[in-house]
Amino acid sequence: MTEGKLRKLVLGDTQANRVVPPSGFTAHLTLFVSGAMAFLAVFALALSMASGRLADQWAEELARAATLRINAPAEQRVAQTEAALEILRQTPGVATARALSGEEQAALLAPWFGATLPAGSLPLPQLIEVTADGNGYDATGLRLRLQAEVPGAVLDDHTRWREPLVDAARSLRRLAWVSILLIGGATAAMITLAANAALAANAQVIEVLRLVGALDSYIAQAFIRRFTLRALSGAAVGVLLGMIGVWLMPEASDEGGFLTGLGFQGWGWLVPLAIPPLGALVAFAATTRAATKRLGELT
Amino acid sequence: MIELENVGYNYGGGELLNAVSVQLAPGSFHFLTGPSGAGKTTLLKLCYGALTPTAGRVRAFNMDVQGLDRDQMAYLRRRVGVVHQDCRFLDHLPVIENIALPLLVSGRELSHEEANLRELLNWVGLSERAHALPPELSGGERQRAALARSVILSPDVIIADEPTGNVDWEMSQRLLQLLVELNRMGKTILVATHDLSLIRAAKNQVQARVLRISNRQLQLAGADL
Repeated sequence: MTEGKLRKLVLGDTQANRVVPPSGFTAHLTLFVSGAMAFLAVFALALSMASGRLADQWAEELARAATLRINAPAEQRVAQTEAALEILRQTPGVATARALSGEEQAALLAPWFGATLPAGSLPLPQLIEVTADGNGYDATGLRLRLQAEVPGAVLDDHTRWREPLVDAARSLRRLAWVSILLIGGATAAMITLAANAALAANAQVIEVLRLVGALDSYIAQAFIRRFTLRALSGAAVGVLLGMIGVWLMPEASDEGGFLTGLGFQGWGWLVPLAIPPLGALVAFAATTRAATKRLGELT
Repeated sequence: MIELENVGYNYGGGELLNAVSVQLAPGSFHFLTGPSGAGKTTLLKLCYGALTPTAGRVRAFNMDVQGLDRDQMAYLRRRVGVVHQDCRFLDHLPVIENIALPLLVSGRELSHEEANLRELLNWVGLSERAHALPPELSGGERQRAALARSVILSPDVIIADEPTGNVDWEMSQRLLQLLVELNRMGKTILVATHDLSLIRAAKNQVQARVLRISNRQLQLAGADL
């Protein structure tokens, strides 16, 4: 498409626009459909971005943190803890290893037993928080060494918890992307139907235009322009409403868990702004295809 | 200008035209006559490419019409002005915009053509009715508007299908007058009509040849009209 043609498409030629009579009903339907689809696309996008964020976050946090639990009789606990910390310090890939204090352990148990738990009087295992550096450590090797030297130590690298959660978040993101593609496809299908209906309703007009020497491209452009602009403005309204909807959702919080994290963050708020131009592009392609096919069938 | 060579046309149900050969020379004035349903409109459509012959060849401006693609056909339509039997207007646009439609679709700048358009409206006597919608026009006004639209791109050939079909005698005289004036300006004219008195009236003013369709053939009618 040349620059002149593109400018004509965007700015329009008011004279040329008038050759096709205005069609109130299909115009409103196209506006509504593209608005509704854009609205849904905003939510699908928010879901995909939130679940993507969650998957990355979980994968990273869980992969880097591990817990070493030392179950030993009270008199050996301190010695075994010291030994375990020593081994951890020597293990390549371990960034920090820190034994949790009695208060911290009590705080972890507080949700179950209340704050007044006499932690000191119970035979609680000692917990050691292990953080890996960027490269990570060899969990199997570490386990074997701990088994030999600190018999009461159990290394929990959270893999059991991590994998299903990360998988779930990733499939959620995949589903959201499939939804976005389906929304795009459904928009294209509906605009094709609307364009076909408009082309059929204006068969007389098209015939007259052909008789006075109009090129197919001229006739097609009158329709393409209309549907592209309608899809663009409908989608803009839909995106705006969708973004307001997402914005009104509660802030991400620990209490609300995953659901409240649904939304955009930072630059992510700019991503839904791509929906109206993409919708317009879909409408442009769909109408071009419908008009070219339809006009080719006429004599 | 336009040349038909052994052209035949078959509607599928039966043969309508058979071995029709005719040449429209530049500046000539032809009438096409014959009974209703004889194929006058079909023959005209063959001339401007709206129909493709089932046999023979049609040449326009030295181009084989059958070989034209859709865009070339559109360019051909700009060189042949056609007055359709039913006028064919866009009913939602006023007369003046309908007349200017060929200018618009061929991408001409309308503001440059304003004076021409006024003059043309004046010539067909529709200055007063410029902003009326086509359904509001009388039969004669519609025909004159259709004629104005057909000549706006100043084509070399003007084809009119029953331009006086549903207008009174006085109005058909006016339309004929306009066609004669166009012919004097050097345009090639082909008019289909079943109105023999119109042909007689024309013969006083212009050297017109009369083609008659009968029995699926085209014959040159003599002076015995």
